[in-house]
Amino acid sequence: MEDSKLHEDLASIRNMMERSSKFISLSGLSGIMAGIYALIGAVLAYKTLYEPSKYTFGYEPQAGNPYLQTGVWEELIFSPTILQLLFIAFGVLFAALLTGYALTARKAKKHGQALWGKTSKALLFQMATPLLTGGFLIIILISRGYLGVVSPACLAFYGLALVGASAYTFTDIRYLGICEIILAILAAAFPGYGLLFWAFGFGVLHIVYGSLMHLKYDR
Amino acid sequence: MKVDFSKLDKAFENRVRLQIMSVLMVNESYDFTSLKDLLDVTDGNLASNLKALEKEEYITIHKSFVGKKPNTNYQASAKGKKAFTDHLNALEQLIKQQKK
Repeated sequence: MEDSKLHEDLASIRNMMERSSKFISLSGLSGIMAGIYALIGAVLAYKTLYEPSKYTFGYEPQAGNPYLQTGVWEELIFSPTILQLLFIAFGVLFAALLTGYALTARKAKKHGQALWGKTSKALLFQMATPLLTGGFLIIILISRGYLGVVSPACLAFYGLALVGASAYTFTDIRYLGICEIILAILAAAFPGYGLLFWAFGFGVLHIVYGSLMHLKYDR
Repeated sequence: MKVDFSKLDKAFENRVRLQIMSVLMVNESYDFTSLKDLLDVTDGNLASNLKALEKEEYITIHKSFVGKKPNTNYQASAKGKKAFTDHLNALEQLIKQQKK
């Protein structure tokens, strides 16, 4: 047994430990794309909220801050503004998931790591728990008219999901999660600027993080 | 340069066995199919190496059913974990000596 065998042994130990417990095929590019979709969504949402006559078929929201609870919830939840915002939100989510799936599948193939294996399942379960909890909570709160909590709650639950997920993929994702949580707290502290914080957290941060990951791991 | 290879564990001379133990060190348990996908080896190769590790009592086998499909899970035993750690330490020593 010579020197090179020792080093090969160590490299294979390290490789197996990482690949068996972490899903390292997440694509950095998909982060960048998700960020771009989020920014487009935020611009559309902004227009829906602040120039409603142009974009919501003449519907005018009640006077005052559109983030705060107004009127009874039946009136609110079925208002064209809210429906349009929900439509934009789900559009962004769907586009981001689809792109993420396609790019990650491509990278997994290149790495020879199973797209639907032990590690990706663990990662998905870890993320789904806080995300579904947050998702249902937010939808119920919207239906009660608590629109001001949407942005901070989205950021907070997403941040927690990322911090949890860092055990099952690149550890760097933890820092993205912590940034999202800090933004969530700021968004809660400054009501009325929710959309701005949301756009920064889901748009700008994703683009920055995605670019860093792309440079670090995808090449 | 005096290098002592005697401290290296013979059971881990085989690369597949070394890799199996690496996986079981960082995961509570791992099933046969996932191991096969990860290591990219044939059924027969994996099975014979698992058997060798089992014979050394380095791993334990847990058979169960998922629906109607048999599912075999493997876990590192305390003895196996110690053997692997000792092997790693021996590797480290060897590499340090060779650098001198």
